[in-house]
Amino acid sequence: MTLATKRAMTAYAFLALPLAFFLAVRFGPMLYMMGRSLTSWGLLRKTSSFVGLGNFREILADPVFLQSLSNTAKYAVFGAPAVIALSLGIALLLDLVPRGKGAYRLIYVLPYITPIVAVSWVWRWMFQSPPLGVVNAGLAALGLPAQEFLNSPRQALPSILAVNVWVELGYCTTVFLAGIQTIPSEVVEAARIDGASARQVLRKIVLPLLAPVTFFLAVMEGIQFLRIFTQVYNMSMQATGGPLNSTKSAALFIYQKAFVNFEMGLASAASLVLFAIIMAVTLVQIRVLDKKLNY
Amino acid sequence: MKVRKAGVAAAYAILTLFSVTMLFPFFWMLMSSLKDATQIFQMRLLPAKPTLGNYAYIFLSRSSRFPQWFLNSAIMAVCTTLSVLFFDSLVGYTLSKFRFPGKKLIFLLIISTLMIPTEMLVIPWYAMARSLKWVNSYWGIMFPGMISAFGVFLMRQFMGTIPDDFVDAARVDGQGELRIFLRVILPLVTPALATLAIFNFIGNWNAFLWPLIAASKPRMFTLPVGLANFSGEAGSDWHLIMTGATVSMLPLVLVFLAFQKQIVRGIAMTGLKG
Repeated sequence: MTLATKRAMTAYAFLALPLAFFLAVRFGPMLYMMGRSLTSWGLLRKTSSFVGLGNFREILADPVFLQSLSNTAKYAVFGAPAVIALSLGIALLLDLVPRGKGAYRLIYVLPYITPIVAVSWVWRWMFQSPPLGVVNAGLAALGLPAQEFLNSPRQALPSILAVNVWVELGYCTTVFLAGIQTIPSEVVEAARIDGASARQVLRKIVLPLLAPVTFFLAVMEGIQFLRIFTQVYNMSMQATGGPLNSTKSAALFIYQKAFVNFEMGLASAASLVLFAIIMAVTLVQIRVLDKKLNY
Repeated sequence: MKVRKAGVAAAYAILTLFSVTMLFPFFWMLMSSLKDATQIFQMRLLPAKPTLGNYAYIFLSRSSRFPQWFLNSAIMAVCTTLSVLFFDSLVGYTLSKFRFPGKKLIFLLIISTLMIPTEMLVIPWYAMARSLKWVNSYWGIMFPGMISAFGVFLMRQFMGTIPDDFVDAARVDGQGELRIFLRVILPLVTPALATLAIFNFIGNWNAFLWPLIAASKPRMFTLPVGLANFSGEAGSDWHLIMTGATVSMLPLVLVFLAFQKQIVRGIAMTGLKG
């Protein structure tokens, strides 16, 4: 055996267990679920039979699933741009101040590293109706009318969405700030010497150079909001995406179908629909944003 | 220059206002945890008579399962992190420093799993765990996270910065391949290992969806699952819910304060939530 073959054998030996892991715990399950989405698989049934695309037809005709998809779209369409715009603004302000950058950034990152379950319940407590909720107490102090927040079919989704923006803000700010700090100061100074105003520097130099970072965050946050689950589970009454399914996300719908109703075949079909949406949105973002942002 | 000074002052004002928004929920949580069952319903920023009674209940009462959940979370987060550190650095090292047929394909195969969100996998994982009798066991909760594709990617990048001469020199010395990896290579990548360890620990401590599905018996809950369950049943005992929330954050805040530099650097590289 030559030395090269011997080394290659060592490499295969090192990779054997990890490869087996990825096949057994990632690819295998994915394929298994694809196959099972075509069957009447249920944990309460003894047998399951091939039903073709029946599960997909049933799930796409289910008004609750369609509502959960439209809720998911709302989370992503409003949430991702909101968190990106806010964090870009904060990062630009942080870059402006001479001292205390680190301390501010640390404060902003705090919600991102704490358990979502915990912060969800803290916000749920804060959002309570008067006289319990501190947010309503604040509104009252300002002379504003009390709001229902999580109890109202109209306000519950925006409330959960706002909490998720609050959670993700520190992450995006940190990534943006790292991006701003890679812009060579000579470029900015040269433009200044040539008489460019602060606004011109921002629009013609800083923002274009941040395009790749913005693009990365748009994709990451898009996926993050499309997958929203834990916040909705913990902030909606009885963990069901209420009131009146107004906050139910696609991920929560899938969870309930699979682990409350035990309709695994239907749930598999629903999760493949969500997967296809996530992939499609990501690919469209890559195409559109790539063209727009890269000069 | 006056305009610029005013601009900086305005920036500080806005940043501070945002800091208050970011910190107030934590402050309110902590204050609520120091109030008793009657004070919790009084709208006061600071408790009139602060008490540690809620903490005594959470940690010492017989009916409280928080100590068990705390232990479960700690054991599982530590075990998964150790496994990820070992396997991810081994795979990263192999993919960076060895030459063998199929290397690119294997790398692509591993990286492509990053595209599959957890939500897509929990149903087949549950079927698997059920037929193998893994439900309600540590292993059942831990197995999906024993190796992380993101960590493989990270470690491969770092291994690329080590000169090949280091490996070759160790080989000339006649050391075994596993020994070279453990004794020569790993000590060279400790900063990367530290980042991976912190992120993996935080990610595991906060994980919710799979632990929620994989454990149905309260004694097997992780802290987030236990907290969700406890809070759902606690009704209007908000003082206890807020104490539970504070307790579930405690280890993370300590990790955060101890490793803030690595965390900020790591986030700048990419996110930590799986």
